[in-house]
Amino acid sequence: MASEYHSSGEYIKHHLQNLTYGQHPDGTWGIAHSAEEAVAMGFWAINVDSMLVSIALGVLFLFLFRLAAKKATVGVPTGLQNFVEWIVEFIDSSVRGSFSHRNALVAPLAMTVFVWVFLMNMMDLIPVDWLPYLASLAGVPYLKVVPTTDPNVTFGLSLSIFALVLYYSVKMKGAGGFFSELAFQPFPKWMFPLNLILEGVGLLAKPISLSLRLFGNMYAGEMIFILIALMFGGGWVLAAFGGVLQWAWAVFHILIITLQAFIFMTLTIVYLDMAHAEHH
Amino acid sequence: MNFNATLIGQSVTFIFFVWFSMKFVWPPIMNALETRKKQIADGLAAGDRGKHELELAAKKAADTLRDAKAQAAEVIAQADKRSAQIIEEAKMAAKEEGERQLAAAQANIGQEMNRARESLREQVAALAVAGAEKILRREVNAQTHADLLGQLKAEL
Repeated sequence: MASEYHSSGEYIKHHLQNLTYGQHPDGTWGIAHSAEEAVAMGFWAINVDSMLVSIALGVLFLFLFRLAAKKATVGVPTGLQNFVEWIVEFIDSSVRGSFSHRNALVAPLAMTVFVWVFLMNMMDLIPVDWLPYLASLAGVPYLKVVPTTDPNVTFGLSLSIFALVLYYSVKMKGAGGFFSELAFQPFPKWMFPLNLILEGVGLLAKPISLSLRLFGNMYAGEMIFILIALMFGGGWVLAAFGGVLQWAWAVFHILIITLQAFIFMTLTIVYLDMAHAEHH
Repeated sequence: MNFNATLIGQSVTFIFFVWFSMKFVWPPIMNALETRKKQIADGLAAGDRGKHELELAAKKAADTLRDAKAQAAEVIAQADKRSAQIIEEAKMAAKEEGERQLAAAQANIGQEMNRARESLREQVAALAVAGAEKILRREVNAQTHADLLGQLKAEL
């Protein structure tokens, strides 16, 4: 499919272009046709592909799990219920292992994070050209199918979690307690400006590292898939080699997408646990 | 990296999904899991209890069997004793009856003998008197010597 493009650079750029809908600087509304145009739209533009794919996956996840939850019986579980129970027990044991307080929010939150992020990552395993090609047949010029390669998505998750961390920090320790945790340690109290800088950076690093880790891993993985896909345009020997590489990378990627979803969930639990913990 | 309103859209979507999970997905499944866990624990406890009860019942059955055996042995011993006693009694009764019949027969024989002896004595006396009469026909008056004859008869 790379042959449709004038250069490999163009092919890569096209694959990394979100379907961004917003207001052009000249006042008209429409789709951005390059990264520069997307930037020029400012903040009030929306990546339609990221939103649609992530919402579709989230709805799929909640639909299946709700189906299992509605039919959940105490007797011998079958099929879907068995699968959902397996995941729920896995999440529950993870939460019990890392979260030592009582909060009914944390386990469902962790489950949503894990399953949703996993499904969004899993879009990476679909060969890079399939969905964009289908979309182009339907008249949609750009489609980035892996939502987690869009920093808006990963930051949307991590900032929501960060808001929860701040909320529970203040709720559990009080505003004063939270402030003293930031200002009066690790160094003695009189060095509080230094403490505040250190702890403040540590605090802010949580959501940034959380989302950048996921984004970076998925973006790099997607990039390699795109580079491998470029080989399909270079004669049948290169194409066959590309096929082998794509298969190998996809197999390896099964590990990465699961691991990244798990890390994201575990860190979410750990950050919330730290927010609940009284500092001594 | 280009940030736009997708950030807000994602956050809102995420919060909605978490809320939905928390409200409609997590509790029913957790509830089913907990209930099943409890049922399994109850079932295992009931199984243990059943096993214990079985052991008790087996012990009780063995006890009952032993009692029954002891009772049966006792009954048999009693019956043996009783039968021996009955046999003994029957023997005694038979012996007594035999002795009694023997005694009766002996008494009968004695009576017969006495009677025979009596009649013999009378016959001998009569014979002696008849002899003596023949010898002393003329000189002996029967009426006069009746006393003497009677004395003789008694002596014989």
